Amino acid sequence: MLTGAPSYAECVNKVPLLMSNRAMLRARDAMDRAYAQPLDIAALARLAHVSEAHFIRTFRATFGETPHRYLQRRRIERAMWMLLETDRDVTEICLAVGFASLGTFSRTFRQIVGESPSGFRRHRSALTNVPSCFTKSWSRPSSFG
Amino acid sequence: MTMTSISRSQIYVLDQDEALDFYVGKLGMEVNTDQDLGFMRWLTVNVPGDAGREILLERPGPPALDPKTAEQVRDLLTKGAAGGFLFLTTDDAHQTYADLVAKGVEVTDEPTDRPYGIDFGIRDPFGNRIRIGQMHPREQWAQG
Repeated sequence: MLTGAPSYAECVNKVPLLMSNRAMLRARDAMDRAYAQPLDIAALARLAHVSEAHFIRTFRATFGETPHRYLQRRRIERAMWMLLETDRDVTEICLAVGFASLGTFSRTFRQIVGESPSGFRRHRSALTNVPSCFTKSWSRPSSFG
Repeated sequence: MTMTSISRSQIYVLDQDEALDFYVGKLGMEVNTDQDLGFMRWLTVNVPGDAGREILLERPGPPALDPKTAEQVRDLLTKGAAGGFLFLTTDDAHQTYADLVAKGVEVTDEPTDRPYGIDFGIRDPFGNRIRIGQMHPREQWAQG
């Protein structure tokens, strides 16, 4: 190789951070895909080839929040979308995004969004038409202030 | 001043051989140019039949980037945050999806009906995002 850049093999072998990043991204993608299923840290840790304790720690170091918090924001983002774009009632949406109890859903929604699900539905208008992947990323409520 | 097209776009990859395996071997793109310029390997691919729109598969590193910056790029790339994002179209989203799943491609989003068509998401081996859509004509896109 004529350039000074390390090869992929060198990157992966010498810079475990990159391998770790990519594994955490794979696990985060899995959460995005299966957001309505119960959080399965054991399965995600297996996907990322690390222990459960190591998984939570490393995920947090990589993306700035725990897997649990990430999944909550993902679910609330989907709930926000359903509240705006569908006629389904709040209980139905709560179950559809993976919450088992309406109480937990409403509390989490209020904590993250700042108002109740039904209040949010009343106060916001429908989203404009852009590729859904952007809607999903950019309308996900922030953990970061 | 009138611009007429996008002729080339660039994404970062960690390894160009690995990128070829993925973009040509799995996605079915064609190698447009693979040339050792001495200071870099100029590697571009294109969708079959669309040689006028190339994707440059560039490896971050010196001398174009200092080692520390290159390391930051690799860090962001593998976190899925380097900004590389390709939007491709297909005649049959479900068939293309099935083909890619059979080849072991990482899926981020399964095929779904949207106002603009049927599309799904995948990731390349390095962390770049790719979206593949069977699009409706734009005039039919529902207005939000």
